[in-house]
Amino acid sequence: MASYPVIRNCSYCLAHVPDLVRYGSKPRREIARNSAVEQHITDFLRSYSEAVSYPPNQTFLGNSTPEELAKIPRPWYRSTGSAEPEKEKQVGKFGEIVDQEFFLALIKAADILTPPLFQTDGHHTDTLKSRLHSHPLFGFQASGVISQTEKYRQDDTSLKALPIYHQAELYGFFHRDERAEGMDDENLVAHDLLENLCTKASGALALKWLLSREGIGPEDVDFLISCGEEACGDRYQRGGGGMAKAIGEMCGCVNASGVDVKNFCAAPASALILAGSLVQAGVHERIVVVGGGSLAKLGMKFEPFIAQKRFILEDCLASMAFLVTMDDGVSPVLRLEPGAVGKVPIGASTSEESVYRSYLVEPLRNLGLRFTDIDKYATELQNPEITEFSGSGDVVKKNYRKIAAMAVLSHALEKKDMETWIAAIGMPGFAPTQGHIPSAVPYIGHAMEAMRTGSVKRVMFLAKASIFLNRCTNLFDGVSFILERNPQLAGRNKNRERK
Amino acid sequence: MLQGKKIIVFGERDDITATTITNCLKTAGAEVVYENTACFV
Repeated sequence: MASYPVIRNCSYCLAHVPDLVRYGSKPRREIARNSAVEQHITDFLRSYSEAVSYPPNQTFLGNSTPEELAKIPRPWYRSTGSAEPEKEKQVGKFGEIVDQEFFLALIKAADILTPPLFQTDGHHTDTLKSRLHSHPLFGFQASGVISQTEKYRQDDTSLKALPIYHQAELYGFFHRDERAEGMDDENLVAHDLLENLCTKASGALALKWLLSREGIGPEDVDFLISCGEEACGDRYQRGGGGMAKAIGEMCGCVNASGVDVKNFCAAPASALILAGSLVQAGVHERIVVVGGGSLAKLGMKFEPFIAQKRFILEDCLASMAFLVTMDDGVSPVLRLEPGAVGKVPIGASTSEESVYRSYLVEPLRNLGLRFTDIDKYATELQNPEITEFSGSGDVVKKNYRKIAAMAVLSHALEKKDMETWIAAIGMPGFAPTQGHIPSAVPYIGHAMEAMRTGSVKRVMFLAKASIFLNRCTNLFDGVSFILERNPQLAGRNKNRERK
Repeated sequence: MLQGKKIIVFGERDDITATTITNCLKTAGAEVVYENTACFV
């Protein structure tokens, strides 16, 4: 077998940010129409301890497997846990769920402009500095970037600055770019810049965790690829990018360069394929793929939750990072030989069957694999408790039925065996509904664990992208790749495997 | 049956896209005056 790149490590993090839900796209638009909506939203926000205990969040962080989540009776939101956040649940195998105040400290540290975008009063500046200082992965050096350079202004709302709260307490204001060239640029308003810094701050959290889990320094990273959903840039290059290097800079990756990859929800899958290709070609040795969370998607489906008097579950910013290197003889390999990566050609029909033929059936046929040679399929992994409330049904389950239907059409499966097969190759959705975040890749961490023990040998990741949302095409996209247990592990003494 | 009818089409990314529905309706003689595919996730 040829040598392939591997996914050597990964991290997944959550930031519980209930007071930022009001700045999600949908809540913001509804509050603008009716200011009373803001109080309704506030009335249905969860506490940090409830977000920590929420079973899908625990699966996202790696404290429970998708198989264990599937055994927990629905509704999962009834699993409220204890009144105080349980310490052992705040940190998971793959990362952590941070509270809102700590995330505000990260936003403060991510803010590099003078005058600052996120301006806090002296007392709260000290609080945020101390929160960053006491975090084991950030500490004194990171807290040192927080300084108060301007006199705090109480009348900031007159300039359309956004008030930033934590537990009903005003911590400060988030501004637009108030420098001369920024004042009349509609791309540099407070809301858009907050969105960008949320991606940067949450991406940096995931990158710090990745470096810590791998036990390497930030200077050891050669290249970064960001796959987030933000579109930073000014009036002349809206969506110009630069997020990968911004995140890398915040984490001290002084030897790395970077680039942003855009492909709507499928960007993480596309970025991993590109990272693997760059490694296999010998262009870079250690590449990090990083995706920060999407402020716009907070509270995206808040209305049905309020209507049913339930907590708004879209209250966390998610982030993730992956380390791609050459074959280390242990980590799962990315199959990147010709024909292995699934794509949906421009000339393909937009019918579901045609799309699945392109990015599901074709790669399997090209590699001489049967449907049943794949132990697990990871598709869009949105939390069904969110999508069902919003009327979209269980998106994950629907996708598994389509995969199984294609297996039946390809004569790889009997129709009567569909449900049993789905139970074996599928899993429940457990990721927050933030486009790129749930798009197949949340399972990579669990797949790596299962491949280490040998319980899973081969996983296919299928990611869809609604590229028609760009209003330039009616197409939609699909990207797939296969991850396999490292063949060099076969027959090796388990004691020699990487812990 | 659809000859000369004006039709509004709503599709969904994870089910049937508006483009697919539109293509079927046009073949049946309908005039599609509005189409939109939504992505709910």
